Amino acid sequence: MSAPIEFTVRHDEAARDAGENEPLLRLRNLHTDIALRRGTVHALDDVNLEVRPGETLGIVGESGSGKTMTALSVMGLLPSGGSVVGGQILFEGRDLRSLPTDEVRRIRGVRMGMVFQDPLTSLNPTMRIGTQVAEPLRVHEGAGKAQARERAIEILRRVGMPRPDRIVDNYPHELSGGMRQRVAIAMALICSPRLLIADEPTTALDVTTQRQILELLDDLREEFGMAVILVTHDLGVIAGRADRVAVMYAGRVVETAATAELFRSPRHRYTEALMEALPEMAVREPGVPERLYSIPGLPPDLSRPPAGCRFAPRCRFGTDECRTTEVTLSTGGHQHACLHPVALTTAAPAARTAPVSAPAVDASGPAPEPILSVRGLVKDYEATTGGLLRRTTGRVSAVAGVSFEVRPGETFGLVGESGCGKSTVGRLVVGLEQPTDGQIVLDGTDIARLPRRERRRMHRQVQLMFQDSYAAMNPRMRVDAILSEPLEIQQVGDTAARRARIGTLLDQVGLSRRVLERYPHEFSGGQLQRIGLARSLALQPRLIVGDEPVSALDVSIQAQVLNLMRDLQRELGLAYVFISHDLSVVDYMADRIGVMYLGKLVEVGPAYDVVRSARHPYTQALLDAVPSATPDLAAPRESVTIRGELPSALNPPTGCRFRTRCPLAQEICETEPPLAGAAHQVACHFPLRQEGGAEA
Amino acid sequence: MTTLPEVPGVPVGAPPLAVDADEAPVRGLWRQGVSVFCENRLALVGLGLFILLAGVCFLGPLVYHTDQVHTDLAAVHLGPGEQGHPLGTDGVGYDQLGRLMLGGQTSIVVGLAAGILATFLGTLWGAVAGFAGGWVDSAMMRVVDAMMSIPSLFLFMLLAAIVTPSVPMLILIIGAFAWLGPARLVRGEALSLRSREYIQAMRAMGGTGGRAVRRHIVPNAIGTVIVNATFQVADAILYVAYLSFLGLGVPPPAANWGGMLSDGLADTYSGHWWLLYPPGIAIILIVLAFNFMGDGLRDAFEVRLRRR
Repeated sequence: MSAPIEFTVRHDEAARDAGENEPLLRLRNLHTDIALRRGTVHALDDVNLEVRPGETLGIVGESGSGKTMTALSVMGLLPSGGSVVGGQILFEGRDLRSLPTDEVRRIRGVRMGMVFQDPLTSLNPTMRIGTQVAEPLRVHEGAGKAQARERAIEILRRVGMPRPDRIVDNYPHELSGGMRQRVAIAMALICSPRLLIADEPTTALDVTTQRQILELLDDLREEFGMAVILVTHDLGVIAGRADRVAVMYAGRVVETAATAELFRSPRHRYTEALMEALPEMAVREPGVPERLYSIPGLPPDLSRPPAGCRFAPRCRFGTDECRTTEVTLSTGGHQHACLHPVALTTAAPAARTAPVSAPAVDASGPAPEPILSVRGLVKDYEATTGGLLRRTTGRVSAVAGVSFEVRPGETFGLVGESGCGKSTVGRLVVGLEQPTDGQIVLDGTDIARLPRRERRRMHRQVQLMFQDSYAAMNPRMRVDAILSEPLEIQQVGDTAARRARIGTLLDQVGLSRRVLERYPHEFSGGQLQRIGLARSLALQPRLIVGDEPVSALDVSIQAQVLNLMRDLQRELGLAYVFISHDLSVVDYMADRIGVMYLGKLVEVGPAYDVVRSARHPYTQALLDAVPSATPDLAAPRESVTIRGELPSALNPPTGCRFRTRCPLAQEICETEPPLAGAAHQVACHFPLRQEGGAEA
Repeated sequence: MTTLPEVPGVPVGAPPLAVDADEAPVRGLWRQGVSVFCENRLALVGLGLFILLAGVCFLGPLVYHTDQVHTDLAAVHLGPGEQGHPLGTDGVGYDQLGRLMLGGQTSIVVGLAAGILATFLGTLWGAVAGFAGGWVDSAMMRVVDAMMSIPSLFLFMLLAAIVTPSVPMLILIIGAFAWLGPARLVRGEALSLRSREYIQAMRAMGGTGGRAVRRHIVPNAIGTVIVNATFQVADAILYVAYLSFLGLGVPPPAANWGGMLSDGLADTYSGHWWLLYPPGIAIILIVLAFNFMGDGLRDAFEVRLRRR
């Protein structure tokens, strides 16, 4: 275990630097309020933070914890109604709140830079990239047109844009998400700021792109010698990149420490609970599901914050004392605001056990008949010109020959990056789309070929669960109408029977009868996902297709929903097709995993094998890109990295579709590799490992 | 109809499950809607104005008796207050106040009925076209475009030459042309609504297109529809005026505000202001009343504004 020691050394260096340097940014007792129509939300309550020059401070927390509000308070970009009502924002020793407005504007414009979450909306679609990147120069330094263009090209080169001299004349829509985020970073850096604030810079990106962007931020920090505040909800992103971490909850900093120390021994009970709720922390032997720890309840309403420790109502160790006394941050290097902190441990964290050997294949008799079997599924979308007489101009190959099986009571995980066709497979299976070719055999009948009326009846067997349950519910319908809709459509039972069925459903997903009279907008994300699950269960289906069912949820709520899904699976013998971009969630949920790339399945096998001894280079690259919340795993590894961008599905590469980005690609890859293997199949001419785990 | 499989512990057909102990009485939907409507001051003003105008027009003649059938050429163009006519008389000796009440009846009835008819037709047409999409949408909307491209004046004259104008006929004629606007509006709304995930969710349950239009698209377009309906009512009142001006309105001695206004226009330069302003102000007030109410109704239909 050498990695943690390295981390400690880095921390010591940081501490020494601190002795020499004043903090670049210091927040002192910062209070931020947001005035709403009804009442005031106390978004930040007594926040104290420090960022030293050249340091990366990670701010982590769930939605509503105040992490973004902290960043926006510093930048002076609070939403309407928001204002800093108390405390100091000291930047290079000067309080931004007491300086004249013009000067603050200059400091914020030149000495600080900010990168936002969504690169699509943070760039102006009608401005050329070059003009946009150089805008701060023209505003703050009065640079001329030619000079601004030159500087823009230079900065774009430094953020790793290919052919920057041509890209300056492009518009944002001509670039991919990752490229747009590079442009946003270039824009933030053009005035050589001392502090860069990155607010969820990679949340909207795929894992492989995320890795590239995070590495870029790291390199740039060293190159420019600036400090970085990395705001994120993802503990994994923080673990790999930050020097120090501040954990926020309900508008307060509850714990700050050096990254390695925090992850090795969190002190605050909230931090501890958050880490236990991570699916990747559920150390799991093959076939032995372990329940995730889920934090009960919801974060408090910050317009009426509770007294005492704000986490106390949801805390396992909360006492009456916690609910009445205000707890302040302790002093020292590792600060926490907890009356009953976790005992200090010096031991290294329980790392994931490396696979010793392939798990014994389930020997409990022959495998049951699959409930769903997909064979050679193809879906092309025709790209057409507009107008009444549509002319086909090309074909987008969304799904190209996908085959897999799902057995009763099993979870089949489908993983891949955006645009790989995993959602299209889900939509085809539930019958929302018609396949171009191939079979979808459900219980022995090919549903793709059924006449419409019979296909409608088939919907009872397969139901869909959405990522955003709020969008998937008619805002004008009450929950009772929402839940009885599937029963009405399929003409199941009479009114009384439907009412009884809805009651049972609510019991199953753990909601009270009171919810029936409410509208979707009155619920939180986790509750909505429960209602969504209840609706999927209404017709007693045998298979539920979940399209990113927990991706929009916070870690603690995600754990609640995942546990519920597993419990219901065990009780009702459901099978799931679990579609997600998040490998750690799929690893936790699925029995078997299929990895998709550009419309094709590149690897299928038992979850344990796929995640721990991947055979396809793409799977390996995907696994390596996933940021892990275990610092020693998050430390830089020798691994397969893929560069470049996903090719267009309008004109996919011949043969193996991954070959254009594959480090192992050779001539033979221009012919299509078959999906080969017994239990752990891979479609690759040069698999990384033989079946069974031995290195190839 | 199929029956539900037995659910353990909950016999099929059992009486509705016992209510939760913590279940507090929840205000009815209707009452919540009313309370949201009442929060909008202007909406209440609009409602009050409408009740006032309708009350005067429909109940007024019971108290204030005038002869609106026989002309009285001995008492033409009397000014307000002269010979017991509070608002004077018009060019053929009808009492202006009484005429205002009588004309209001026609205007309100035709306006409301034609506006509602046009909104209903247009909403249905637009929702179906927008939801169906593809060539169905193209065909349906081309019909709308074609009808819109023909000047309505020409069509009105043609129709008026074929049928004899009467109140029900006016409602039908105006309704038959005014639905084009709401159809376009609702079609646009339906186009964006049909790609919403809740429609997909319903289709994944095996729901039909008809259900999507009925249960999901129309209710969610209702805000737009309601606001537009108030404009439709106001427009219809003006249409009646328009037709009367052309001599295609309800034949005398029946009256309507629009007709009175156009008659009054002839008197602009003879100083008979009492023939011009009262019907004009009445039209403005009723149109305002409907627009204010439309705002309030849109809020009342917006469930997201409801609180408990």
